[in-house]
Amino acid sequence: MKKYSIFSLLRNSINFHQDWQKAWRSPDPKSCYDVIIIGGGGHGLATAYYLAKEHGITNVAVLEKGWLGGGNTGRNTTIIRSNYLWDESAALYEKSLQLFEGLSQDLNYNIMLSQRGVLNLAHNLHDLREINRRVNAIRLNGIDSEFLNVNQIKAFIPIINISRKIRYPILGASLQRRGGVARHDAVAWGFARAGDARGVDIIQNCEVTGIVHEKGRVSGVETTKGFIGAKKLGIVVAGHSTVLAGMAGLRLPIQSYPLQAMVSEPIKPIINCVVMSNAVHCYVSQSDKGELVLGAGIDSYNSYGQRGSLNVIEDQLAALCELFPLFSRLRLIRQWGGIVDTSPDASPIISKTPIDGLYLNCGWGTGGFKATPGSGWVFAHTIATDQPHELNAPFRLERFTSGALIDEHGAAAVAH
Amino acid sequence: MLVIECPWCGPRSEEEFTNGGEAHIKRPSKPSALSDEEWADYVFMRKNTKGIFLERWSHSSGCRRWFNAARNTITNEIAAIYHINEKPPKEIS
Amino acid sequence: MSRPLRLSLGGAIDRKKPVNFQFNGRQLCGYKGDTLASALLANGIHLVSRSFKYHRPRGIFASGTEEPNALVQLEVGPRTLASHQATKIKLYEGLKAFSANCWPSPAFDLLGILGFFHRILPAGFYYKTFMWPRWGWKIYEYLIRHIAGLGYCPRQPDPDRYDHMNAHTDILIIGSGPSGLAAAIEASHSSARIIIVDENSKFGGRLLSDNSKINNKSGPDWAAQQESILASNPNVKMLRNTTAFGYYDHNLIGMIENLTGPITGVKDKKRQRLWKIRAKQVVLAQGAFERPLVFSDNDRPGVMLAGAIRTFLNKYAVIPGRRVALFVNNDDAYRTALDLNAHGVEVVVVIDLRKEATGVLPNRTISEGIEVVEDAAITGVIGKSHVKKIEVMMLSEDGKSVQGEKRFFDCDLIGISGGWNPAVHLHSHTNGKTVWRKDDGVFIPGKTLQNIISIGACSGNFSLQSCLKDGWTAGKKVVKLTGFSSKKTNSPKDTENIPEQPWRNIWIIPSNAPAGQNDKHFVDQQHDVTAADIQLAAREGYQSVEHTKRYTTLGMATDQGKTSNIPGHAILAEILGKEVSAIGTTTFRPPYTPVTIGALAGPYTGLLFAPIRRSPMHYWHESNGAIWEDVGEWKRPWYYPKRNESMRDAVARECLATRNSVGILDASTLGKIDIQGPDSAEFLNRIYTNNWENLEIGCCRYGIMLREDGMVMDDGVTSRLGKNHYLMTTTTGNAASVLAWLEEWSQTEWPTLKVYFTSVTEQYATITLSGPNARLLLEEFTNDIDLGGGAFPAMQYREGTVGGFRARVFRISFTGECAFEINVQASGGANLWANFVNAGEKYGITPYGTETMHVLRAEKGYIIVGQETDGTVTPYDLGMNWIISKNKDFIGRRSLNRPDTARDDRKQLVGLLPNDKTEILPEGGQIVSQLQATYPIPMIGHVTSSYHSPILGRSFALALIKGGKKRLGQTVHVPLVERTITCQVTSHLFYDKEGHRLNG
Repeated sequence: MKKYSIFSLLRNSINFHQDWQKAWRSPDPKSCYDVIIIGGGGHGLATAYYLAKEHGITNVAVLEKGWLGGGNTGRNTTIIRSNYLWDESAALYEKSLQLFEGLSQDLNYNIMLSQRGVLNLAHNLHDLREINRRVNAIRLNGIDSEFLNVNQIKAFIPIINISRKIRYPILGASLQRRGGVARHDAVAWGFARAGDARGVDIIQNCEVTGIVHEKGRVSGVETTKGFIGAKKLGIVVAGHSTVLAGMAGLRLPIQSYPLQAMVSEPIKPIINCVVMSNAVHCYVSQSDKGELVLGAGIDSYNSYGQRGSLNVIEDQLAALCELFPLFSRLRLIRQWGGIVDTSPDASPIISKTPIDGLYLNCGWGTGGFKATPGSGWVFAHTIATDQPHELNAPFRLERFTSGALIDEHGAAAVAH
Repeated sequence: MLVIECPWCGPRSEEEFTNGGEAHIKRPSKPSALSDEEWADYVFMRKNTKGIFLERWSHSSGCRRWFNAARNTITNEIAAIYHINEKPPKEIS
Repeated sequence: MSRPLRLSLGGAIDRKKPVNFQFNGRQLCGYKGDTLASALLANGIHLVSRSFKYHRPRGIFASGTEEPNALVQLEVGPRTLASHQATKIKLYEGLKAFSANCWPSPAFDLLGILGFFHRILPAGFYYKTFMWPRWGWKIYEYLIRHIAGLGYCPRQPDPDRYDHMNAHTDILIIGSGPSGLAAAIEASHSSARIIIVDENSKFGGRLLSDNSKINNKSGPDWAAQQESILASNPNVKMLRNTTAFGYYDHNLIGMIENLTGPITGVKDKKRQRLWKIRAKQVVLAQGAFERPLVFSDNDRPGVMLAGAIRTFLNKYAVIPGRRVALFVNNDDAYRTALDLNAHGVEVVVVIDLRKEATGVLPNRTISEGIEVVEDAAITGVIGKSHVKKIEVMMLSEDGKSVQGEKRFFDCDLIGISGGWNPAVHLHSHTNGKTVWRKDDGVFIPGKTLQNIISIGACSGNFSLQSCLKDGWTAGKKVVKLTGFSSKKTNSPKDTENIPEQPWRNIWIIPSNAPAGQNDKHFVDQQHDVTAADIQLAAREGYQSVEHTKRYTTLGMATDQGKTSNIPGHAILAEILGKEVSAIGTTTFRPPYTPVTIGALAGPYTGLLFAPIRRSPMHYWHESNGAIWEDVGEWKRPWYYPKRNESMRDAVARECLATRNSVGILDASTLGKIDIQGPDSAEFLNRIYTNNWENLEIGCCRYGIMLREDGMVMDDGVTSRLGKNHYLMTTTTGNAASVLAWLEEWSQTEWPTLKVYFTSVTEQYATITLSGPNARLLLEEFTNDIDLGGGAFPAMQYREGTVGGFRARVFRISFTGECAFEINVQASGGANLWANFVNAGEKYGITPYGTETMHVLRAEKGYIIVGQETDGTVTPYDLGMNWIISKNKDFIGRRSLNRPDTARDDRKQLVGLLPNDKTEILPEGGQIVSQLQATYPIPMIGHVTSSYHSPILGRSFALALIKGGKKRLGQTVHVPLVERTITCQVTSHLFYDKEGHRLNG
């Protein structure tokens, strides 16, 4: 892999950039691999990369039915944070955030990690209690987290509306300064390029049509490019987890919903952090290009359609205008949908399965992007050693049987 | 944005309805007789079908009656609407 | 003096109404009917803005929605609008516009210096650098962010208002060009309801730009005639200035109607309206966008689409250039030469990519004395801020290179045309497929599941004759499809109906050096994406069309690639040696054109953001100084401070008054569900964890319901009012979801149980009198209920008259005191409340709010669902083993026996007493058993509720702690940022453990 740097950029400019290498090869599949990862999104590519880097397993293929990063990796709102309530989640997402912090250098690909701070707003007393609980828990877990009162919020984001007269006034917020955003495509491409350089075969336009297993052990996959043998198989296909697991006869506690996101026209810098509000339902940040990147909750019914309903957007933008009345005159230029696989406890499943050699990574719901490197890192460990790392041990599939759920929905918003 | 034909009220906009997930999940008559795995299967495991999905809806901002629908989860086309305690129409199942 | 740039006759402008406006501070004048673009051109101004990345000078390139370049910041102050297209802004008196993306001016722009570094700024350069030093990105990013971003966001709240409107129609026609009008006219012969929309204020579309004839009438005259016919038909609704921006499932189309023009704040008039139109049949007649040619320095101001030149000339009577060269690959563009010539504008030359230009229109052009150079290409444009000259060379046999002598032509305007692209956007929003038509290289609409008929240019039928025929046919078809009948009519006809010769597509026009090595071949002008960028992306492996798009940002600007997508994809396909259809096109997504955020939000901000629910006694609370707590949609009194009283003092006063005499609480917001039917008891048995079969009439019982996963969902008291009649109360926040829960189980799982539910929350006002004097006070108000402790013990219910109102009285206590919950019809609540307060004065009756309620119940160890529980807590965890029946099944029971829910080291409810009695633990504080200096510090639980107890004279708290039941008496710590609070674990019952007060 030829290194990227300002010098290589200068050198190549002399020759009108004719000599750049391909970021990754487009090999034909071999007949058999030590490990096949199904799903060329960020998580799958990260898994392949860490298999090669951390475990020396390089006879690896990533099979992608479309184009790399074409699923939720390329459709999310790029938010990164590790401010999770429960110890298990905090440890997992913090691992991911730490990997993110060195990822541009590790991959030699600028993923544009921008640690501009993530703010979660409270709009009622119940929110305040929950935010305090989180801030304290996260802090004791050794992760940066602080509480901001209304004046501190205003100082942090001068354009926010802290009027007491709005329907649900802002009462406080939690802030994770190390949270922020990154360039989502770059994460996929960076992992692809670095994985490829270590020998991983990245095979696009190769759809898995069947999972072959005998006597409780996987032996390969049927694909649109024919049968490919595999000693181990990892499924990382957000949006299609149920479909792929179904090919191996597994039932999952997963439901797929559309999640919509949108961007505004690009404007000069106006908001310098990520603002999230669960109570009035919207989140916003500004991209390096200047677009406001907006998102909200999921649509209400199962769908694989990658598009959602207009009413969801209307509600969300009303919430945005409550919090930021000056955004009202800006215009949306793009709106799209992804399919998120939600689990009953809003926590992922990173797990071995009842079938030997078959591993599962799914259920990230609306928040998978932030976990990309961490998810790949623990999943690679799980596949390489055939047992979960202590970071993902709590996220096994069996928790739904034993009852050890990791409920990250946040407490139900009720009061007496 | 869907138009859903409530069997009692007629076609209405999606905003009037609440989705109730997979249809035809029968609550076990003797939960205590089930293994942990069998119970978890009932509580948590779902079909999440890609294609024609049999699901439940409630006309929550209307007559508040539950009913079943067969909806294509790729195209969102609704192939059939039927009563809550009925089996899906033959051409669907 | 040179000849004016405005024609003295023709066009849709009103020469009697001059309009003054400012551009970059310069005072200028146009006419009513102008766009900002046409008015600027009439003033000889081409240079409007600078480009996004290289800050190259850019001019007016198109005449409508597809304009990539001519972006302005409109107005200043709270109504300012960022990066609006000059071609879409209708001129109005006093308009102020400023060039986008340049400083100090478009002619001299400091960041124009970026253009010198273009060699090191190819597509995706930022992925390859700015990685050293590791902390450096923060600084690089700061600079990049400030260079990026086209316009400015207003700094004040939007003063304008917006509206939403729903509509249903049989037939919706989008676009009012020749095909849309023909369809509407034909359909209007039936009695179907029709809505026809157009983004412009005048119907006619392309007819207003071209010099065509229909049924022997001029295009604009024919359009005006059809428009007036439609206007007189009551079945037809015409929406002007309305853009259909998104096509959603089940034939829902989102549209934005401009009500006040782009900017003028007309008082009390809404600025824009969002239409949500549900149609039985949709006719898409959106037309097509002219395709640019990708040649060397094709972005210079003065390069304009050939069709746009005709629009400016015919619709706005503006001459956009005095010496015009055309560069084309089709016959249609020759109309521009002919129109210009007819108005006496010099057409220097027509360069045609085709080996031969032998069609009727080229021949007519030649016969008018205009030079046509066939099989040639423009290989260079001279003139940086405005076109001065073009360089022309002959094409090689395969069209991939140029050869022979260079020829130069002086000109100040270059009209270009690479054919037309159907506007398949709305079709594409439906996940409709597009089909690549190889002959002329266009994507036309394919299959879709929605009820769409695409007609005319947007279906790839470009000739006027076929547009009219398409429209006529579609009009008939949709009438039939919607169940109406049509009349016998004839299709309108293009009077001339001139046949045209095929186009020749050359996606990258060759020049002396390969693209990008000498000058730039722009594909996406707004984002400065060049042919070389696409080549680079392909070379580096970003070969999926989506990768190319994302790597180069092709088509991701505010114009959504209306002019750039197809050339860009075709160039990529050519590099990869594939058919365009094989690499696919990116899916178009809503919105078709940018949509104002405020319009989508509509009026639903401020007070309309969410409804406010008020109890019947709300205004008493308000006039007695209540501070409010938002609980869901309800406003509840939080506490009632007296003058200058702190919250702590107010709550202490309210608590002591209730403990020592009598307090009064508005409990109307609690959910009340009326349950009737012979199987009610059986139903409750299945929903609640405890037994309900043996509850006597007139008795009340506390119940907890679980989700099927065994976790506490809600709690409340249910009373048996009659043989088959119960009243359930729920928490305020869960009232709706509990009702839904009951209905769901009864309808879907147990339809044979005869049980029915009605929400009566809002039908009753609920007043709670609590405290040792509650009974005395209540006795003054009733004659027919015996309130004596023996006659009316706790957890019982009586009906009677209270203060003149029929009342349901429940002896339910959430404070631990003797308490009565009095339910009367909602309309009587305020009256009765006031009477209680007046009569209770002698006892010092004190209204208390939710905070005092919380303190009093916590002193008694009563939980609040959502505060002591968070969806992960079982009744066992709450120490409520007594409420779980062993001899029946209920929802969630099986889950309690799973290994991890049955463990005894789960988090359990306990009390906490801080060692320092004055120290109040923060709710949400995390509890540790051992302090340590290094993180992470293992946590064993958290504080769920914490208060100062006036009656105990100390602070106390409730908490969930791992294995809490075994930790009673232990010392634990709550580490906060600035200090650590040490406390003892105790029972969660703090006051009147024996319950004497409650039962007394």
